Amino acid sequence: MAGNYALSVVTLILYFAYTGQAWNVMMGFAGQLSLGHSLYVGVGAYAAGGLFFHYGIGPWAGLPLAILFCVALGLIIGFLAFRFGISGVYFALLTIAFAEFTRIGFDHLDWLGGPGGMFLKVAQRDTWDILNFRGPPLMYYYAMLFLCGAALALCSWLLKSKAGYYWQAIRENEEAAQALGINTFRWKMLAVAISSAMTAVSGVFFAFYYNNLFPEQIFHISRSIEIILGPIIGGIGTLFGPILGAAVLTLLSDGITDGLAALGWEIPGIKQVFYGVVLLAVIMFLPNGIWPPIARKLKL
Amino acid sequence: MLTVNGISKSFRGLKAVSNASFEIPEGSINALIGPNGAGKTTIFNMIAGVFPPDSGSILFQGKPVHGLRPDQVCTAGIGRTFQIVKPFAGLTVLENVMVGAFLRETSTAGARRAALEILERLQLAAKRDLPASSLTLPDRKRLEVARALATRPKLLLLDEVMAGLRPTECDQMVEVFRGLNREGLTILLIEHVMRAVMALAQHIGVLHHGEVIARGTPQEIVRNPAVLESYLGEEAEV
Repeated sequence: MAGNYALSVVTLILYFAYTGQAWNVMMGFAGQLSLGHSLYVGVGAYAAGGLFFHYGIGPWAGLPLAILFCVALGLIIGFLAFRFGISGVYFALLTIAFAEFTRIGFDHLDWLGGPGGMFLKVAQRDTWDILNFRGPPLMYYYAMLFLCGAALALCSWLLKSKAGYYWQAIRENEEAAQALGINTFRWKMLAVAISSAMTAVSGVFFAFYYNNLFPEQIFHISRSIEIILGPIIGGIGTLFGPILGAAVLTLLSDGITDGLAALGWEIPGIKQVFYGVVLLAVIMFLPNGIWPPIARKLKL
Repeated sequence: MLTVNGISKSFRGLKAVSNASFEIPEGSINALIGPNGAGKTTIFNMIAGVFPPDSGSILFQGKPVHGLRPDQVCTAGIGRTFQIVKPFAGLTVLENVMVGAFLRETSTAGARRAALEILERLQLAAKRDLPASSLTLPDRKRLEVARALATRPKLLLLDEVMAGLRPTECDQMVEVFRGLNREGLTILLIEHVMRAVMALAQHIGVLHHGEVIARGTPQEIVRNPAVLESYLGEEAEV
């Protein structure tokens, strides 16, 4: 089972790398801080999960539905914020508010399980049933690997295109960007749409990988924070930062657990303390993240 | 090309610009001068769409542009620089100018080509891969101009681009603008550096307390008693 354990860790790393990449489009590229990305994971998960739970319809139909819902929500938040000049910290608060409202809303949505949760049936875990996204851990690993690769390719292309240049200009100085003919409202909306669509896919994966969904967990702000730690530690706005950050954080978290268990230190909460100290050290000594200095060394 | 018809603007009861009118003929170089706080930048901001005038109208090539957003004004063909420079600090010099070039170019390669041409012109080509944050003030001023030019404006608004430049640098800039003007670019500049104003401008408007107190050629302006009293000083030597 050691193989399966390693596989689950790598799958988790890829999951956070992909979702961090999605968040990075909004914050890293366009400078719009979202602290409510759990909203898109949750809505995406419930959209595809609900379809499967009630009607037995697999994720291939759920995926476009999830993306549709998430993009619509993202655009509503974006419209409210960008149309009425809400930016910076206030924009971040708005994203938290939407995630929290939705969490409370889903608690009262009995059709999707309410606070008791929704559990997707797991028929088998031996053969690859791609149609229903059911199979052994290796299948989920490959799915996530593919998503990560696709996200990296997409982001690298975006960054080199007109959109990437416009987003970075908006991030650096919105007034100057507008004076150069950039319709900042429209381009910020595009960033939100792409980011929320990408995160919706994370949600669909989450639903079919974990098979149980609770509003209290999936929409929780700690989930949003978890998503953004990777890109922050790895390097906001960079292509490889979210991937590297996700790897470092996930391995660190698991390493601390294993290391402390080996030493026989079973003090409650000590893992979080270690985790916090390491995060603090990275933020203090590498404020731009781990990736930029490595990129310089490698002359990238 | 640009017709400004009796525009006024107040900020919380303070009249920044009152009933200002002037006309900018196509292909000309025009200067707006006056003491600090006379309303020059406010007029610029109204033309560029930062805020609309309280009253009056602004026509560009016969079409009203007052009330448009800054990006719409830029798309219509009016480029601008900022008095307090606003570089995209995290991007390189080349990338800064490419952002401007993307207004008329869709492909990255096209924007890059257009940006390089402009950098060459403003003697920034050697610094193209440096981050904009590392530039000195004169270079940042050049970058402001380069970025605005990259949007291919028909009318360029320059807000004190000569301030802080040494005389030789100032003369280089003057040459650049003369060259651009010969190629058909219309220019409106706000400037305190009279050396540049006199070398460049064919028409000058003088603002004082938000009102246009004089209009004319440089020769007429330096002999105008009202201008001498309010701005240039009695013994102005230009």
